[in-house]
Amino acid sequence: MDFKTLVFYILSAIMVFAALRVITSRNPVHAALFLVLSFVTAGGIWLLLAAEFLAIVLVMVYVGAVMVLFLFVVMMLDINLDRLREGFWSYLPVGALIGILLVVEMALVLGGRYFGLEAMPEPPAVQAGYSNTRELGRLLYTDYVYPFELASLLLLVAMVVAVSLTLRKRKGLRQVNPSDQVAVKRGDRVELVSMPAEKE
Amino acid sequence: MEALLEPVSQFFGPAWPVVWTLAKIVAIIAPLMLGVAYLTLAERKVIGYMQVRIGPNRVGPKGLLQPIADGMKLLFKEIIVPSGASKGLFILGPILAIAPSLAAWSVVPFNEGMVLANVNAGLLLLLAITSMEVYGVIIAGWASNSKYPFLGSMRAAAQMVSYEVAMGFALICVLLISSSLNLSDIVHSQGQGRFHEMGLSFLSWNWLPLLPMFIVFLISGIAETNRAPFDVVEGESEVVAGHMVEYSGMAFALFFLAEYANMFLVSVMTAVLFMGGWLSPIGAIPDGFHWLALKTAFFLFVFLWVRATFPRFRYDHIMRLGWKVFIPITLVWVIVVAVWMMSPLSIWK
Amino acid sequence: MNFVVPDFYPAAAEILVAVMALVIMLASTFARRVASDLAYGLTQLTLVFAALVSVLVSPNLLAAVAAVISELPLFGVRLAEVLMSLAEGYAANEVVATFSGMFIGDMLGGLLKVFSLLAVAIALLYGRGYLADRKIDRPEYYLLSLLMSLGMMVMISANHMLSLYMGLEMMSLSLYGMVAFDRESPRATEAAMKYFVLGALASGLLLYGMSMIYGATGSLELSGIAQSIYHQAANKTVLVFGLVFIVAGVAFKLGVVPFHMWVPDVYQGAPTAVTLMISSAPKLAAFAMAMRLLVYGLFELADQWQTMLMFLSVLSIVLGNLAAIAQSNIKRMLAYSGISHMGFVLLGLLAGVVDGDRNFALNAYSSAMFYAVSYVIMSLASFGMVILLSRAGFEAETIDDFKGLNKRNSWFAALMMIVMFSMAGIPFFIGFFAKLSVLQAVVAAGYVWLAVVAVLMSVIGAFYYLRVVKVMYFEEPVDSTPIRAQGEVRFLLSANGLAIAVLGLLPQGLMSLCAYALLASL
Repeated sequence: MDFKTLVFYILSAIMVFAALRVITSRNPVHAALFLVLSFVTAGGIWLLLAAEFLAIVLVMVYVGAVMVLFLFVVMMLDINLDRLREGFWSYLPVGALIGILLVVEMALVLGGRYFGLEAMPEPPAVQAGYSNTRELGRLLYTDYVYPFELASLLLLVAMVVAVSLTLRKRKGLRQVNPSDQVAVKRGDRVELVSMPAEKE
Repeated sequence: MEALLEPVSQFFGPAWPVVWTLAKIVAIIAPLMLGVAYLTLAERKVIGYMQVRIGPNRVGPKGLLQPIADGMKLLFKEIIVPSGASKGLFILGPILAIAPSLAAWSVVPFNEGMVLANVNAGLLLLLAITSMEVYGVIIAGWASNSKYPFLGSMRAAAQMVSYEVAMGFALICVLLISSSLNLSDIVHSQGQGRFHEMGLSFLSWNWLPLLPMFIVFLISGIAETNRAPFDVVEGESEVVAGHMVEYSGMAFALFFLAEYANMFLVSVMTAVLFMGGWLSPIGAIPDGFHWLALKTAFFLFVFLWVRATFPRFRYDHIMRLGWKVFIPITLVWVIVVAVWMMSPLSIWK
Repeated sequence: MNFVVPDFYPAAAEILVAVMALVIMLASTFARRVASDLAYGLTQLTLVFAALVSVLVSPNLLAAVAAVISELPLFGVRLAEVLMSLAEGYAANEVVATFSGMFIGDMLGGLLKVFSLLAVAIALLYGRGYLADRKIDRPEYYLLSLLMSLGMMVMISANHMLSLYMGLEMMSLSLYGMVAFDRESPRATEAAMKYFVLGALASGLLLYGMSMIYGATGSLELSGIAQSIYHQAANKTVLVFGLVFIVAGVAFKLGVVPFHMWVPDVYQGAPTAVTLMISSAPKLAAFAMAMRLLVYGLFELADQWQTMLMFLSVLSIVLGNLAAIAQSNIKRMLAYSGISHMGFVLLGLLAGVVDGDRNFALNAYSSAMFYAVSYVIMSLASFGMVILLSRAGFEAETIDDFKGLNKRNSWFAALMMIVMFSMAGIPFFIGFFAKLSVLQAVVAAGYVWLAVVAVLMSVIGAFYYLRVVKVMYFEEPVDSTPIRAQGEVRFLLSANGLAIAVLGLLPQGLMSLCAYALLASL
C-alpha cells in the first residue's frame, strides 16, 4: 500500500464516519458541522484524483459559503428533535424496506461487473503542465456554453423566487436611509428667512 | 546548502522530505508568531502616538518586552469552560480560528522560488482556506451557550460571507490579467510592461490598472479580519467581546493570535497581488525579500492607522457597503477588465 | 481546440426570451409604480414574438402551417401564399443541431414551442385580474412565467441530457415559486412545499437514471445514446436500470399514477391563476421530455418502456377517473381528470412499436401529441372558467359555485358545457377526436383490452363532467353576483371555448400538423 492509498483510506474512513454522524447526531448544529467535515474530506479525495479545481471549489463554495449560511439558519432555529423523531418506529419498516431494496438493486447492477475497472477504459495520462482549471474553463465556455448560460439563468430564477418570497417591507420600522442622509441639502433642513430687525 | 544538508538527509533516510517540510514550516511560523507578538505592541504604540499618548513603556527597555509579558500572563491563566457549553466545540473554536490563518501561508511566495508549496491553483487554495476562517468564530459563538457570543457569531457569519464575494471578484480581476492562479506567476506578471522597461517598475504593478479593485480588496480584507471599523463582531460597546466573551487564558490568546496572523496574511496578500511582491519599485535596485517585508509592514501600518482613525460602522451599513456598493463595483470592473484585455488598448499582451 | 462558434439562428426564440426576461427584470426595478403593468405588457409581447420567431426558425413549420391554412375555405389559399412570400428567406428548412449538439431545431420542437408559448400567454391573460384582486400582481410573477417559458423551450428542443435537465429545473423552479407566490396563504405555501420536495425527489430520480444511462453508453447526447444502444455497445442491464428511473422522473412531471400525489394538492392549494399555468403549457413540455428521452434517446428500448408506460397509463386512467367522482372541489376534480388525461397521452406513446415493427410509431406519437395539445386547450378553458367565477375575496372552488350558472350568464354556462363535454369525450368536440385517435393507435398496435379499459373508464368519467353541466343548468344559483371580467378575458375565453367546438368539427388541420411535425422530425 503506497502513501496515496493510505491517505485515501484515512480520508474515506473520516468521510463515512462524518456522513453517518450527520444523520445520527442528536444536535442539528453538530450534524451540520459533521456535514462540513464530510465535505472537506470529499475535497481531499478529489485532490487525490488530481481534480484540484473541483476539490477547491467544493471547499470554497460549500464549506465557505453554503454551510455557513446553513449553520446560520440552523443555529437560529429551536428544533425540537423529539417531535421530529415521533413516528420514527412506525415509518421505519416501510422506509427500511425501500432502502434495502434500493441498496440490493444497486449492488446487483453496480457490483463490479459493469462498472468495474475492467469495464471502464483508463483515462489517458496527462502531460506535464496540464491545468485542470484551464481545461474546465475552456470546456465551459466553448462546448458547454449553452448549459452553462442556462445554469446562470437558473440561479437567477432561484434568486428572484427567494427574494420575492421573503422580502417584505415592515411598517413602522424606525430606520434611516443612508443614501437619503447623504443626499440631504442645506435647503432641506434650514430655511433662511430674511426679515427686518424688530425692536423690543 | 545542498552539501550542508546532505549528511542530515541521510540521517533521516526516507522520512527526510517530511522532516524537511516540517523544518520549512517552522521557519515560516516561528518568525510569523514573533511578528504577531510585536504587532500587538506596534499597534498599541502607533495608536498611542496617534492619540498623543506614549503607549506601553514599562516592561523592558522602552516597553519592548511587553508582548512577552502579555503572553506569559495568558499562558498561566486557567481556561474556564462554561457549564452549559458544548465542550468539544468550545475547545475546537479557537483551533479552527487559528489553523486556517497559518495554513494559508503555505502558498505565499516570499522570494524567487521561496515558497513552501508552489501549487498551480495557489490563489484558489488561498481563497478556500481563508473561507474556512469564519468557522472558528461561528463555532465559538455557538458553543459558548451565551447570548453575546451568539450575536457576535451571527454577525461574523453574515459579514465574512458578504465580503468574501467582493474579495473573490477582486481576485478574479487579478487572475484575469496575469492569466495564472500561481502566486509566483502573478508576481512575475507584474514585473513587465512599459513602465518596467522605463525603470519605474512600481507603476507596472497591478495596483494602478486595478486601482478600484485594490481599494476594494484592502477594505474587504479589513472587514474579513473583523478589524475596526468593521469590528461589530466583537464590538465592545454592543456585544461586549462577541465570540470571545466566555474565553480565557490560551483559548482567548489563540483568537487574538488568529486575528493578528490574519492581518499579516491580508497585508502579504495585498503586497503579492497588487504591489509586486518581492519586486523592487525602481528597476535599478535589486529585488528581494526585504521589499515584500517592507510592503507588508506598510499595509500593517494602514490597518492600525485605519483603526485609530475611523469610528465603528453600524451593522446594516456594513451589509449595505458589502452588497450594494462593493459587489456591483467589482462585478462591473471584472467586465471592464475583460473587455480591456480583448480590446486593442490592452496593456497585457 | 477546434471550436466553432455555434449557430445561434435555430435558438433565436430562446435567446429572445432570455434577453427579454433580463430586460423586464431591470425595467420593472426602475419603473416602480407601473412595474407590474409594464412587466405584464412586455411579457405578453415577448411571448407572442417568441412564438412567431419559433415558427420562422423551425424547419418546415411555416410550410406546414401554410399547407394547413390553404385547406381552409374562402381565402385559405391566398393567405397561405401571402404567408409564404412574407417569410421568404427567413424560414429554415432542415433539422439542425447546434451548441455542440445540445440544441436541436426541428419541427416537432417548433410546433410544441409555439403551442406552449401561446398557452402561457393565454394563461397570463386569464390570470391577470385574479392576481390583481388578491394583490399578488407583482412584476416577479411575469418574470417567472417568462423564465418558465424559457425552461420549457429549452426542454422541448433539448438534444442532450444536460440541456434537458437544465430546462426542466428552470421550469420547475419557476413553478414552485409561482405556487408559493401568495405568501399570505398557508395553503399555497403548503402546496408549494409539497410540490418542491416531491419535485426535487423526481429530479433526483431522473438524474440518477441519466447517470446510469451515461455510464452504460458513455454519452449524454440523445442521438449518441441511441447510436450506442443500436450498436449494442451498452450493457442492457444497466440501461434498463437507468430507464426505470428515467420513466419515473418523466411520470412525475406528467403527473401520472403512481407519481401523481402532488397533482391534486398543488392544483387545489395554488392560486387558481397558477393552477391554470401548471395544468397547461408544462404538460406539453413534459410530453416533449418524454418524446426526447424515450423516443429520441432510448427508442431501442421501446419494448421495455412501453410495458412500463402501460402500467402507468392504465393506473392513471382508472384512478384518475374514479377519484375525480368523489371530489366536491372543482380544482381537485380537474386535477384528477388531468391525471387520467395524461394516462391517455401515455396510451399514445406506448403504441409506437409492436413486436419490433416501427411502422406504427408515426401514427401513435402524433395521436399522443394531438391529445396533449387538445388537453391544453381544454384545460385552459376549464380553469379559465374557474377564474372567471372568482372575484376579490371569493374563490369559485367547489362544484356548488357553478350552481345555476345558466341563470347568471347563459353564454359562459354554454362555454363551460362545451368544455365539459369535450373533456368527457362526447362527440363532436376536440376531446372526442383526441381520444379516438389515441384509441385507434392502441387498437392498431393490438392492445384491444387496453382500449376497452380506457373506453370504460371514460364512460365512468363522463359522470363527473356531466354533473357539472347538470349543476349549471338544473339547479338554482346560490350566489347571484353578476359575472364581471375584462373585455379581453371574455373575448379570449369565448374564443377558447369555441375553438374546442370548431376544432371538434374540423380536427383535420391540427391533426395533420401534428403528423407533419413528427414526420419531419423523426
